[in-house]
Amino acid sequence: MTAHADIPRSRLSRRAFVVGSAAAVGGFSLGFHVPLGAARAQAAPAAAPEVNAWVVIRPDETVVIRIARSEMGQGTLTGLAQLVAEELGCDWSKVTTEYPSPGANLARNRVWGSYSTGGSRGIRDSHQYVREGGAAARTMLIAAAAQAWGVPPGECRAEKSVISHAPSGRTTTYGKVADAAARMPPPSAVVLKEPKDWTIIGKPLARLDTADKLNGRQVYGADLSFPGMLNAAVKACPVFGGRLVAYDAAKVRSMPGVRHVVRVDDTAVAVVADTWWQAKTALDALPITWDEGPNRALSSADIAALLKAGLDAPEAFVGNRQGDAKAALAGAARVVTADYAVPYQNHATMEPMNATALVTAERCEVWVPTQNGESSLAVAAEASGLPVQRCEIHKLHLGGGFGRRGNFQDYARQSVLIAKQMPGVPVKLLWSREEDMLHGAYHPITQARMTGGLDAQGNLVALHMRISGQSILAAVRPEGMQGGMDPVVFQGLTATNPEGHLGYAVPNLLVDHAMRNPPVPPGFWRGVNLNQNAIYVECFMDELAHAAGVDPLAFRRRLMADRPKHRAVLEAVAARIGWDTKPAEGVHRGLAHIMGFGSYVAAAAEVSVAADGTLTIHRIVAATDPGHVVNPAQVERQVEGSFVYGLSACLYGECTVKDGRMEQENFDTYEVMRMGAMPAVETIILPSGGFWGGVGEPTIAVAAPAVLNAIFAATGKRIRDLPLKHHSLA
Amino acid sequence: MARLTINGQVRTVEVDPDTPLLWVIREQVGLTGTKFGCGIAQCGACTVHVDGVATRSCVLPVGAVEESQKIVTIEGLSPDSSHPLQKAWLALDVPQCGYCQSGMIMAAAALLEQTPSPTDADISAEITNICRCGTYNRVRAAIKQAAGETQAG
Ligand code: FES
Ligand code: FES
Repeated sequence: MTAHADIPRSRLSRRAFVVGSAAAVGGFSLGFHVPLGAARAQAAPAAAPEVNAWVVIRPDETVVIRIARSEMGQGTLTGLAQLVAEELGCDWSKVTTEYPSPGANLARNRVWGSYSTGGSRGIRDSHQYVREGGAAARTMLIAAAAQAWGVPPGECRAEKSVISHAPSGRTTTYGKVADAAARMPPPSAVVLKEPKDWTIIGKPLARLDTADKLNGRQVYGADLSFPGMLNAAVKACPVFGGRLVAYDAAKVRSMPGVRHVVRVDDTAVAVVADTWWQAKTALDALPITWDEGPNRALSSADIAALLKAGLDAPEAFVGNRQGDAKAALAGAARVVTADYAVPYQNHATMEPMNATALVTAERCEVWVPTQNGESSLAVAAEASGLPVQRCEIHKLHLGGGFGRRGNFQDYARQSVLIAKQMPGVPVKLLWSREEDMLHGAYHPITQARMTGGLDAQGNLVALHMRISGQSILAAVRPEGMQGGMDPVVFQGLTATNPEGHLGYAVPNLLVDHAMRNPPVPPGFWRGVNLNQNAIYVECFMDELAHAAGVDPLAFRRRLMADRPKHRAVLEAVAARIGWDTKPAEGVHRGLAHIMGFGSYVAAAAEVSVAADGTLTIHRIVAATDPGHVVNPAQVERQVEGSFVYGLSACLYGECTVKDGRMEQENFDTYEVMRMGAMPAVETIILPSGGFWGGVGEPTIAVAAPAVLNAIFAATGKRIRDLPLKHHSLA
Repeated sequence: MARLTINGQVRTVEVDPDTPLLWVIREQVGLTGTKFGCGIAQCGACTVHVDGVATRSCVLPVGAVEESQKIVTIEGLSPDSSHPLQKAWLALDVPQCGYCQSGMIMAAAALLEQTPSPTDADISAEITNICRCGTYNRVRAAIKQAAGETQAG
């Protein structure tokens, strides 16, 4: 078996979906059909040999670029293809993409590297090797043409999929030499283009994945259908840490369509039926006995009290220390202090969690929207009990990820545990929105006590930032802890971290963390701890500026003399919003900036607050310096979207705990931003070059503080605990 | 048993009349462009047209729909993505993950039927679908672009 033949061709299998859909119009067949195993067999005749792992070129000149990371809306598919295509020197209009399967990656010694799609890493972690992959393929294509012509490869050039040999005037195309190129030895080294020579990177090219999202053709995990497939609805104990004791299957077994009622594991039960609606209806009627366990009485008030105690606890992990903050505070002319708190959030991807599994004695296959196909593969092996070589993951575009579908493959695991109990039958597991809201990997809860010392001239001479709250790593990736400390808690706050260091030089600084871990599962939520940290630092900077009687921009700039990149984005938003000019009557402004995920970002907001307290966010100006920009149009979209995510949390979002479970079960109580509340967003992209920063996340962090600072300017009210909906601005 | 007219074709489906139209469309008829997001009429992912009216199909029991009522799903909006909204959506590259977009487009199509030149306030009031990726401003721009085109044409 060549591992390469094992790679499902997503374009082709997509065609199989489309055919299935056309067939469905004439009859009552169940949705789209992906012929099991046949998808691969079908792909074989049309398969062209790969030039290398990253590039397949078909005789019709189609360029298939393999993308290991997952497309979840952020545009990484297009961006990564741009990187490969740039070095490949191919005709962009002929580019299409496919996901190499995680199983193939394993079989080929991880030739495609990491599949992890989170932390805004899609491009910044892989730009080097994917470009090298493209460059190597170009070298091999040129070598093949040169060999056929009997000329030195150094005399040949390649551009837009055409190879030419100027001295003889000969030309050929990639499609014609791809076969021969595949047999060329890979070059031992390649030289990448200089940024000034880029023609595809840095261009606002249209996304490659739009057309099918306009007509219902895009197939998401929730849309899959196989012949003979059954549908599963699942319920896990709604109380964190609780267990499944018993259920009375007899009560629902005769309900329409019901085929099986199964124990999934110690915590969950599933009903498997012909359709999902039947499964869910029966599940709702299923009498279930839970052992609610030790957290049955847990409430948000308990959690808040736990965190509050951490605000002045003597023991804390130190994330950044300069000078002697405590001594300097003791000697400061004026001390300002304030406590902040932010609640749990749910990712609430629009597509609820789902996975489709087919398990036999020999093999386990899972079709899953995943941010990390390799995590899914590991989970498939573990849950099926089969060696990982006998497992395979088929990745699908995600209906939103935001961090929920990376580390946390709980839904994929459940699908395997269910399907394993009916060998040979494909089972699609789909969570209800309620299940999704009750079993999240929540944006962790933290509080902060901010204490600042001003000298007689109003300069910030000391700052103590005490974070108290939950660690993500302690729960999900303990191997990432550093001597008991969770470095992620300090995102954006450290002295030198290239991921994100503090934008202020404060002579006496102490940033520390009292870890307090409530029994609620935390996770990486788009923006991660940068979100809370930016609220604390940037709202408090505003408080300090007002206490010092200094303009908030001027106050910040005093501390940013040696932080030119932080300053540049902050000054850019201030200039664009017209910070030095008077806003329109009734309109007020706020600023914020931070560095995270390797990028420098800032925002300025204009808001007004009516006499009855109604808030209108009129306008956001955002700036980002991610070093290099692969697709500026895509950056703009990500920045715009990030404000929806950040402001949803700021204005409305919270998951609160009562009786050991989340109280919010759907969008009626977990409110999110809609069109009517959406401000205009202008994005300034300031690529200073020389580094590769992330784009999907960092600007989320500045959304809330910019708006909260503008609200203070409008009302004189300092909102220090979120969401805003609990506060009257009247 | 229900008889439904979907995208111009009459379908007969064996189904409990309490089943929401969404699930009949997705699971029995096999048109999966219409999405499930919340099941409680909050998000709009399941929006279809019933006699031209944007309808959240996740809370509409199939038994309440008559054969004479015309149901249109995203698959039936145009045969070839040529509806002015689909063209504007493509031109502006509106979708991110795309999951909410069928519902967005169907809600917008119903709006334009009723109000060919919607104001910003009309759009804000009528398009209440949830998009977690945050495409709202591009959705708004695409609706205006499509409205302009329709008016000009
Ligand atoms: S699924 Fe119908 S409104 Fe959300
Ligand atoms: S495009 Fe992803 S939810 Fe709207």
